[in-house]
Amino acid sequence: MKPFAYHQPDQLPDAAKLLSSIEDSKLVAGGMTLIPTLKQRLASPVALVDLSRLENLRGITDDGATITIGAMTPHAVVAASKLLQTKIPGLAALASMIGDPAVRSRGTIGGSVANNDPAADYPAGVLGLGATIVTSMREIAADKFFLGLFETALEPGEIITAIRFPVPLRAGYAKLKAPASRYALVGVFVAKFTDGVRVAVTGAGAGVFRVAPMEAALSGNFGPSAIAAIKIDTDGLTSDIHAEADYRAHLVTVMAKRAVDAALS
Amino acid sequence: MGNVIGIGAAPKRKEDQRFLTGRGNYVSDIKRPGMTAGVFVRSPHGHAVLRAIDKSAALAAPGVIAILTGDDVADDGLGSLPCGWGITDAKGVPMKEPPFPMLAQDKVRFVGDMVAFVVAETPEQADEAAELLKVDYEVLPSVVGVLEAVRLDAPQLFADVPNNICCDWELGDKAAVEAAFKKAAHVAKLSLVNNRLIGNPMEPRAAIAEYEPGTDRFTLWTTSQFPHVVRFLMGALVLNIPQHKLRVVAPDVGGGFGVKQFHYGEEAVITWAARRVRRPVKWVASRSEGFVSDRHGRDHVTEAELALDETGKFLAFRVKTLANMGGYLSTFGPNIPTNLYGPLLGGVYTTPAIYCNVKVVFTNTVPVDAYRGAGRPEATFVLERIVDVAASEMGIDRVEIRRRNMIPKEAYPYQTPVLVQYDSGDPMGCLDGALVAADVKNFGIRKAASASKGKFRGLGYSTYVEACGLAPSRFAGRLGARGGLYESATVRVHPTGQVTVMIGTHNHGQGHETTFAQIVSEKLGVAFENVDIVFGDTDRVQFGMGTYGSRSLVVGGAALSKATDKVIAKGKKIAAHLLEAAEVDIQFESGKFSVAGTDRGKTFEEIAGAAYVPHDYPLEVLEPGLEEQAYYDPVNFTYPGGCHIAEVEVDPETGTVTLLNYTAVDDVGTVINPMIVEGQLHGGIVQGVGQALFENAVYDEGSGQLLSGSLMDYCMPRADHLPMMKVATHSTLCTHTPMGVKGCGEVGTIGSPAAIINAVVDALSHLGVTHVDMPATPNRIWRLLQNASLPVAAE
Ligand SMILES: Cc1cc2nc3c(=O)[nH]c(=O)nc-3n(C[C@H](O)[C@H](O)[C@H](O)COP(=O)(O)OP(=O)(O)OC[C@H]3O[C@@H](n4cnc5c(N)ncnc54)[C@H](O)[C@@H]3O)c2cc1C
Repeated sequence: MKPFAYHQPDQLPDAAKLLSSIEDSKLVAGGMTLIPTLKQRLASPVALVDLSRLENLRGITDDGATITIGAMTPHAVVAASKLLQTKIPGLAALASMIGDPAVRSRGTIGGSVANNDPAADYPAGVLGLGATIVTSMREIAADKFFLGLFETALEPGEIITAIRFPVPLRAGYAKLKAPASRYALVGVFVAKFTDGVRVAVTGAGAGVFRVAPMEAALSGNFGPSAIAAIKIDTDGLTSDIHAEADYRAHLVTVMAKRAVDAALS
Repeated sequence: MGNVIGIGAAPKRKEDQRFLTGRGNYVSDIKRPGMTAGVFVRSPHGHAVLRAIDKSAALAAPGVIAILTGDDVADDGLGSLPCGWGITDAKGVPMKEPPFPMLAQDKVRFVGDMVAFVVAETPEQADEAAELLKVDYEVLPSVVGVLEAVRLDAPQLFADVPNNICCDWELGDKAAVEAAFKKAAHVAKLSLVNNRLIGNPMEPRAAIAEYEPGTDRFTLWTTSQFPHVVRFLMGALVLNIPQHKLRVVAPDVGGGFGVKQFHYGEEAVITWAARRVRRPVKWVASRSEGFVSDRHGRDHVTEAELALDETGKFLAFRVKTLANMGGYLSTFGPNIPTNLYGPLLGGVYTTPAIYCNVKVVFTNTVPVDAYRGAGRPEATFVLERIVDVAASEMGIDRVEIRRRNMIPKEAYPYQTPVLVQYDSGDPMGCLDGALVAADVKNFGIRKAASASKGKFRGLGYSTYVEACGLAPSRFAGRLGARGGLYESATVRVHPTGQVTVMIGTHNHGQGHETTFAQIVSEKLGVAFENVDIVFGDTDRVQFGMGTYGSRSLVVGGAALSKATDKVIAKGKKIAAHLLEAAEVDIQFESGKFSVAGTDRGKTFEEIAGAAYVPHDYPLEVLEPGLEEQAYYDPVNFTYPGGCHIAEVEVDPETGTVTLLNYTAVDDVGTVINPMIVEGQLHGGIVQGVGQALFENAVYDEGSGQLLSGSLMDYCMPRADHLPMMKVATHSTLCTHTPMGVKGCGEVGTIGSPAAIINAVVDALSHLGVTHVDMPATPNRIWRLLQNASLPVAAE
C-alpha cells in the first residue's frame, strides 16, 4: 500500500468539497473493494475521503410507494431489514447472497453500485427495480446509470447518497455463485409492476443489462414457463476460466426462471 | 498431580490453548532488533531472457539498504537449490538436472521466478524500490501444459533438456503386461487429467534471518515442515555455512500440506542477505505471492488401460503419464510422480502385472512438488476410476468387481508387482463397514427422491491403499533418495520426573504435542500434563527429517517409543542399584519400578531424582542423568487405506454438483487419539473434495500467466460445501511399527477424489457419461450434458 492522506468528514458538503478539491482523491465506503486494490498497489490515491461519519447516508426509510436505502447501509442491514423483507423481499434476499458475513457487514450498497462490478449483485436489483440513484448533485435513473465495465454515469466528485426503490408487486432474485468469489456467475433480478415486468442480468456480460423478450413474455404471463424457451444470444457475454459464454447464456434463462419462482413464493 | 492420559484417549489438544487464545508464535510475529524488510522482485513473464537489471533508480529510493540479483549470487559463488532425489530412466540414465539458481540468472522460467531481492528499512520502502527496479526482459513464448511441452516444436526451457523431458521413467514388467493384454477378454481404457493444485496453507510463507558477527552464527526463522533439512540443504549445499554455525527455527507454522516441506530459494536469499547487510532481514509473502511461488501439486495427463478376463479379474494394468515439474526441480519434485505413484498402482487388488511409464516434463509454471498425498492420490484416482469404467463396460456391479479382485485379509503380507509389500490390511472389512455406514442399501430410495425433484443422484466408491510413513532409508536410497528418512527423539527426564521430549518431526496443526505426550504418559506412567514436546529448532533438537508423508507418528513416534524404552531400561538399572536387587528382577509398570515378587519399589519420580543426585552410585557401570535418544529407520512403509463412499446430487439445469453424504472407513492401524484421527480424516477428505469439485490452477498457454492467481479465482473448499461426514476406523495393526500405527495424515486426501468423481459419473451414467475430469465444475458438467444429449454420445 502506498501512503495517502485520510479524511473523515462528518458533513456531506465537506466530503464533496474534499473530493473535488484534492486531485486523485477517492471515496472509501466499506472498503471491501477499494482496500484490496490499494494493498495490491493497483490504485494509489493521494487521499481517501471516508464516508463512514455521514450519518445521513445510513439507514432505510419507507416513503410509501418507494423505499430509500442510504448509500452507507451495509449489505447485512439490508438483508436483515424487516421493512424490506416485507415490501421487497427479493432485494433483502439479494443482499443476503452477497459474499460472506464479513463482506456483508462492511460492504455498502453505495460502494457496490458506484463500483459497478460486472458480477456484483446490487446492479441487478437496482436496474431490475428501476431504482433511482440519488447523489450529492442530482438524481439518476438506473437505466441511465450503469454504462458498462466498472463505468457509471457518476461525474468526478459526485457522491451517491441513497438509492430509491419503487415497491414492486413482486420481485425475486436468483444467482449462481461463482464458486471462489461468490459474486454472480449469473444473477437475474425480476420485478413485476402494475405497468410491466423488468428483468436485469448481472455476471453474464461486461455490465448489467435488461432482457426485453423476457420482460415482454413475463408481462403477459408471470410464470417460469413463459421464459423457459427464451435463449440469450452469446454475443457480448463473458467467457473466462469459470464459465464459457454459451453456458452463461444458458444460465440467464435458468436463473430468470428461478427468480420468477422466488418472486412467486 | 494430573493423570496419565494414554494411548486411545482423546484429551483436548495441548497446543490449542495457545492457538485459540491468539498466543501462537508464528514467524511473522517475530521481531528482531534492527530488523529490515525484504521483498522479492518476481518475473511477470512465463519465459524470458533476462537481459539486464538496472538498479540505479531503485537504489536511490528512500530507505533502501541493498538490492541483490543473480549476478551477486554468481559473484559470491553460491550453489544451486538442490534436488533431494535423483531418479533414472529405464536404461539407468540419470534425470536431467539443470541448475535452479536462487535468483534467476540469464533466464526466467515461470511467472514468479525470483529476479531480485530488495532490502529496505520498511516493507513499504522495499515495495516502492522494487517498483523502480528496471528489468530488461526479452520475452519468449511459454509452454505450460505437458502435452504441449513434449511437442517437437515446443519452446525449450533449457538448452540441454531436449523436448523438456527431465526423465522418461518406468516401473514394472512391460513384457508380462503386454502378454496379459493379448489374452484379455476385455480392455478398459481411460484418458484423464489430474488437475494442478495450489496448497494455500492459512499462513503464508515467511522468513527472518539474522547474522551475529561476534560468533559468526546465523539464525533463520522459517515457515518450514523440516528445519533440519533446510539447515543441511541450505547450509551445506547452497550457502556454504558450516552446520554448527547455522540455526534454523520453524516455530508455530500455520498449516503446511507439503507446501512448506521444501527448501525454498527465499530462505537462502534472506540468510545470505542478512550477512551482507549485517542486520536481520524479514520477508512475509502476500497471498498473491504464495500463488506464484509456493510449490504446486499434481498436474498429470494420463492414459490408462486395464486388462480383464471374462469374469472381471484384473490381468494387467498399464499406465502412461506425463507429469508436470514446472520450471525447475524442487526438493522432492521428480520423486512424487514416479516413486510415490507407480508403486501404488496395485491398489488393494491382486493385479499380477503392472507397467507404468512416466515422462517427467519441464514447463513454464511454478515448480511442482509434494502436496498432501503426493503421488498417491494421483495413483488412486487412475486406478479407482478405471475399475469403475471396466465394471460398467463389462456389466459387473462396481462393488462386486472390487470384491473379485481384492487382496483377502489372509493373503497379507502381500507382495505387489510394483516393488511394495503390504504388511497388513483388510480392504474387504473396510468395504463391508462402509457399505453399512453409508446406508447403501437404501440408496435407490434416495435416488428416486432426487429424481422427483429433477436431480440426478450418484454413489461412488474408492477402495484404496497408500504407502506412508516415509520411509525405509535403504529402500528410498535404491529409488534415488539422496538422504535418509529415519526419525529421531530424545526423552529428557528432569530431576523432578517431568519430561521434555525433543523430536525431529514438526507439528503444524497435526496435534503432535498431544499425541506424543500421550505415548510418553502411557509408557512412563507420568501425568500427561508433565510431558512437553519440543520440535522445530535445530539448536534444541537433534537432527530429524521433519513432517510429511504421514510419517510423524509412524517414524517419529517409533523413535520416541524406542527412546522411552531406553529410559525405562536405565531406570531399571537405577532401581536395581537403589533397591539392592538384580536388574533382571526389576519390573516397571504404571510408573513404578519394583522388585518382582516383593512390595519393594520406587516411583518414577524417585528414580528420576536419584539419577541426578548420584551420591552413592556405581559410577563405573551407571552414569548419572536420565536422558535417552533414539533414531528409528523403518523397515517398510506402512499401508493405511480403506473404503470411501461419496453420494452426490447433480442439478442438470446448472451443472452444479452437491456433495450430500460422505462415508470413510479407514484402516490406520493403532489409534493414539481418536479425536485427532477424526480431525485428520476430515481435513484430508476436504482437501480431496477441493480437488474433485473446486480447485484448479489454470495457466494461459503462450504467456504463462497464472489465471487462477487469487482466492477470488481459485476455489478452496469451504464449510458450506460439505456435509457432515461419517468417518470410522477399521484397523489392522501394522506388523513392523512399534505400536502398530500406520499414519492417517493423508488417507483422506488420497481416497476421496476418486470416490467423488465416481459418484458424479454414476449420477450421469444413464446419459452415457463415462468420465468427468476434475474439478467437476458446473460449466464442465453442463458441457458434458450438452454433449451427452447428442445422439452419438448418448448411445
Ligand atoms: C471476498 C469478497 C466477496 C464479495 N462478494 C460479492 C458478491 O457476492 N456480490 C457482490 O455484489 N459484491 C461482492 N463483493 C463486493 C462487496 O459487496 C462490496 O459491495 C463492494 O466491495 C463495494 O462496497 P464497499 O462499501 O466496500 O465500497 P468501497 O470498497 O469502499 O468502494 C468501492 C468504490 O466505490 C466508490 N464509492 C464508495 N462509496 C461511494 C459513494 N457513496 N458514492 C460514490 N462512490 C463511492 C469508492 O471510491 C470505490 O471506488 C465482495 C467483496 C469481497 C471482498
